[in-house]
Amino acid sequence: MNCRSEVLEVSVEGRQVDEAMLALLHTILLHRSTGKFHYKKEGTYSIGTVGTQDIDCDYIDFSFVRVSSDELDRVIRKAVGEFKDAMGNGTDGMGQISLEFYQKKKSRWPFSDECIPWEVWSIKVNVVNLANEQERQICREKVGEKLGEKVINIVEVINQHEYLPKMPTQSEVDNVFDTSLKDVQPYLYKITFQITDTLGTSVSTTMRRLIKDTLAL
Amino acid sequence: MMDSDLSPQDKKDLDKFIKFFALKTVQVIVQARLGEKVCTRSLSSPTGSDWFNLAIKDIPEVTHEAKKALSGQLPGIGRSMCVEISLKTSEGDSMELETWCLEMNEKCDKDIKVSYTVYNRLSLLLKSLLAITRVTPAYKLSRKQGHDYVILYRIYFGEVQLTGLGEGFQTVRVGVVGTPIGTITLSCAYRTNLAFMSTRQFERTAPIMGIIIDHFVERPFGNMGHMRPCNYRAPGEDEGAYNGVEDSQEVCTTSFSTSPPSQVRMSPLSKVDLCNMCNFRGGVHGEMGIPGKEGGVPQQVPVQPCHGAQAEHGRVSSCPPADHVPATPSKTLSRSIEVKGVSPCDVLETTFTRKVGAFVNKPGTQVTTASLDLPFAAFAPRAYDLEENDPMVQPPESPATSSPLQGSLHSQGSGESGGPAQDDFVMVDFKPAFSKDDLLPMDLGTFYREFQNPPQLASLTIDVSSQSMAEDLDSLPEKLAVYEKNIDEFDAFVDTLQ
Repeated sequence: MNCRSEVLEVSVEGRQVDEAMLALLHTILLHRSTGKFHYKKEGTYSIGTVGTQDIDCDYIDFSFVRVSSDELDRVIRKAVGEFKDAMGNGTDGMGQISLEFYQKKKSRWPFSDECIPWEVWSIKVNVVNLANEQERQICREKVGEKLGEKVINIVEVINQHEYLPKMPTQSEVDNVFDTSLKDVQPYLYKITFQITDTLGTSVSTTMRRLIKDTLAL
Repeated sequence: MMDSDLSPQDKKDLDKFIKFFALKTVQVIVQARLGEKVCTRSLSSPTGSDWFNLAIKDIPEVTHEAKKALSGQLPGIGRSMCVEISLKTSEGDSMELETWCLEMNEKCDKDIKVSYTVYNRLSLLLKSLLAITRVTPAYKLSRKQGHDYVILYRIYFGEVQLTGLGEGFQTVRVGVVGTPIGTITLSCAYRTNLAFMSTRQFERTAPIMGIIIDHFVERPFGNMGHMRPCNYRAPGEDEGAYNGVEDSQEVCTTSFSTSPPSQVRMSPLSKVDLCNMCNFRGGVHGEMGIPGKEGGVPQQVPVQPCHGAQAEHGRVSSCPPADHVPATPSKTLSRSIEVKGVSPCDVLETTFTRKVGAFVNKPGTQVTTASLDLPFAAFAPRAYDLEENDPMVQPPESPATSSPLQGSLHSQGSGESGGPAQDDFVMVDFKPAFSKDDLLPMDLGTFYREFQNPPQLASLTIDVSSQSMAEDLDSLPEKLAVYEKNIDEFDAFVDTLQ
């Protein structure tokens, strides 16, 4: 099974990074979360209800819908916050935050469980610095429009109805879904990011070069 | 794909899914255009009443309108369900903003599982709809609706109509779900040219079926105090599970108003019924088995015809003349619709009587005094050869106003004096009570007109002012010398003030 990979690119101002990332990540997770499963003795299960809520952005002319789950929101905000800190405040730069949905495959001892991604969303962020308030106002609107386009892109991909993990039995549910939350149940996911400095090189590349140069001396 | 290949249970389930999907689609679209943020709670335990495992509340009026549009049919091939969103200004101009279309084409997916895959994909499509409804231009407009404009919706069934969206409209596809009887598609066509056009271009032959959605408390289109909130409660329903959702929906308090009463109905609401029980049975492994009651709205929402913007305008213009004091030139008074019954120009052809009232000063005007002692003597039949000199017939050059009393009396008198059949107005001379004055015989209307336009003061004319300015400047040094000489007196005066 090939992992489906989608890339979204946005250019934002420094203070818009949080909201832009939250908007896109929550839109994806809205489609990749279900209600809590409740298994019954005869092998059937029932599914809880997913609520939704509108969120207005403060620095972008944009509103988005997310799953009504404060727990999930906290987890996503934490990841986005770390990404933003890594990007640095108020400086130009590029970075990429990835939301990866995966399945766990049990392995025998001593091998650890394998994580097999089945869908990866990569959001490339280009942070720009703006000189004055007028540019910021224009940026508010432009970024709002761009995010709208990205939401449409996300919906287009999701509604192609490509691979989705099969609904698991009760014993397998933790291999497919994140059952740690109390109110909703997203597919197993992880968020990673990498930062590119202004020179266009990633931090890892720079470190590798430094080490090589050191060894060469 | 023949329907006969589908098991009866699957067919029944599929029809039910499509029906409730259509109803939920309408709810999502309309609620996204109410102008406020929507918030529903996630529930870990299934309640058995949330279709597609999504907490989408049901506004009863919207469900009613949707069911009425569907009329027992289901969206199918060649039968599309459309939700049209338009904008209407306080001045009565309207413009279509977008049209959401739920359609079905002939492409069938024979192998798909109805009660599992189709159901889950419809759930996914509703989530996509939630996301996309916040992205089209109409969302921002709907969030800002209020005094200047409101957002309307209309549900219709049949052929999709997109001509009202103007040139260059864009289309966004929300998603598709294949079923054994066809592929369900959900899309939105939205206007890109938001330049306003005149109302005439948007006149419809068919009445608007939908409801004006306005969420404001103050009524921008006039006094709409006759609107009542709809405190809807379904009898015998357990609302315990929805307390949290209801609380969150307090912010979604909306009220509805209507435009012309013949076209729309109004049903404002403050509480929303959430208990939309559904009947869903599944027998396959991994599916839901949640028995429930048959869905639908058990109670009819009280419907009251109401007046909307156009009627409000009508209401304003029909205020009683006694309350209205127009400041229009007498020559055009006959054209004014605000003051009923006043038409000085028309008196050229009408019979009128004049009496002398207080402060009347009409040189050259022959007035009999016999009637001065008689209140409302103006209504006594009488003939005076005063038309040439009478300012009511030959209005003065300067603009004049008619008094409200004159207007009201005129409207009363018009019936009694009985002018020519083709004339609407009869000019009756007004003699106010206690207005007798031999020293200054002048009727009130004349007095009012003349004193409205006094001659300009001589000191305010330009020549005079410029001359006086020059004189003032010349005399300034002398005056200053005098003031300096008497400076001690001025200082003493200032000290007395402190």
